[in-house]
Amino acid sequence: MRLSGSTIDVDGARGQFSEMNDIWAGMLAAFQLIWSLDADLVEITLRSLQVSLSALVIASAIALPLGTWLAIRRFRFRRATIATLNALMGLPPVVVGLIVYLLLSRSGPFGVLGLLFTPAAMIIAQVIIITPLIASITHQAMRELWAEYHDLLISLNTTQRQRIATLIWDGRRALLTGALAGFGRAIGEVGAIMIVGGNIDHATRVLTTAIALETGKGDFALALGLGFILIALALMVNFAIHTLSRTERHGTW
Amino acid sequence: MPPLSVSLRNVSVKRRGKTILGPIDMDLGEAGFTVVLGPNGAGKTTLLKVLHGVERVSGGTVQWSRPADQAQQAQAYVFQRPIMLRRSVRNNLAYPLQLLGTPKVPIAQQVAIWAGRVGLADVLDQPAPRLSGGEKQKLALARALIRQPSVLFLDEPCANLDGRSTREIEAVLRAAHHSGTRIIMTTHDLGQARRLGSDVVFLLNGGLHEQGAAAQVFDAPAKAETRAFLDGDIVD
Repeated sequence: MRLSGSTIDVDGARGQFSEMNDIWAGMLAAFQLIWSLDADLVEITLRSLQVSLSALVIASAIALPLGTWLAIRRFRFRRATIATLNALMGLPPVVVGLIVYLLLSRSGPFGVLGLLFTPAAMIIAQVIIITPLIASITHQAMRELWAEYHDLLISLNTTQRQRIATLIWDGRRALLTGALAGFGRAIGEVGAIMIVGGNIDHATRVLTTAIALETGKGDFALALGLGFILIALALMVNFAIHTLSRTERHGTW
Repeated sequence: MPPLSVSLRNVSVKRRGKTILGPIDMDLGEAGFTVVLGPNGAGKTTLLKVLHGVERVSGGTVQWSRPADQAQQAQAYVFQRPIMLRRSVRNNLAYPLQLLGTPKVPIAQQVAIWAGRVGLADVLDQPAPRLSGGEKQKLALARALIRQPSVLFLDEPCANLDGRSTREIEAVLRAAHHSGTRIIMTTHDLGQARRLGSDVVFLLNGGLHEQGAAAQVFDAPAKAETRAFLDGDIVD
């Protein structure tokens, strides 16, 4: 008992020690990969960006007008629509991946398009995952702005389209937050794109699926290196967009 | 813009079973500077919104001398609390013309003219939400007048403003009136009502209590409540 207990203790200590080692090794691996501009790494990183930014653009094109429209339009099933939207924010990516897989598979309704295991399929899955999130955040922000602008826009005889355009333009900083939340969810997502993309080297491998693969293989250093790059990438995109749009310069707006 | 007249027949506004306005029968002619007076809750703002067509009436008809869509296009409304678009002063002024699809050059000219008239030429590139109260109200007024409306509605345009801002706004209103804009304004400031009004509508408890030329209503009101209100007594 005692002996085995102490053995476990030693094992535990060694475990902790080696985990610390893994993190250092991971940082070192990350540094080396970046320093040498490893060709595979660059390719994987660019594909991650390409897939998630494409998904972000498409989802925003749908979600920004939709969320704004929900804020200004009174119709019968409005509450139910908003509740559904909020529920869809919690959609499990794996299930989305499964459904998109079934739709795009050879025997599925869109099988003829041959999109399965391509970046296009990954973009479709991510659009489905992040559109409700962006639309819901948009709706929240636009509801406040609409309350402020309502009387003026009605008085000026604006059309529905003009109202939506005005709200999106004047609320663009709040909408940016929604878009960034969507991007964050897309770039870090692994379940759906693993299923519909297949993690094929030089075709559909992105940072998250590569991390899952390397972890499965036991190459923790490389997995961690990729993880650090993923985090850095997410931070850089956030900073870049905030700087470009000067969000923090104008106080309340 | 050609002039507009309006007649209200048996108009009433109810909210949650409570009558806020009416039933009211009233005619307003094509010209003039109408001042709407009355205690708080008399229905002044509601009357203005009914005339402007942004308040749903529970009964009766509002008949403008031109078709409804034309009449609505020829009106402008300045709200009690000025609504500032989260844009620069310049873009706030340009906004009503942009909605009409006016080309950029005439918009820029109009913006410059109106910014000058209300004394905002120096702050054109400032964000409108950060203007002072008086500047916001002047911006709202210029933004309403930039489409050169036939009818201008004003809801307490000088509430909470100091003497200087009030004088500047009154000067702009007089100029607009002289150039042919019909003005319908609510106010709590009896001095302002006397200075500006050509005719007076006195509302009490949602009803039209008295209406007439300014000189007549101010000097010889027909009703006891009107007299009491003009004398500064509390009427409710």
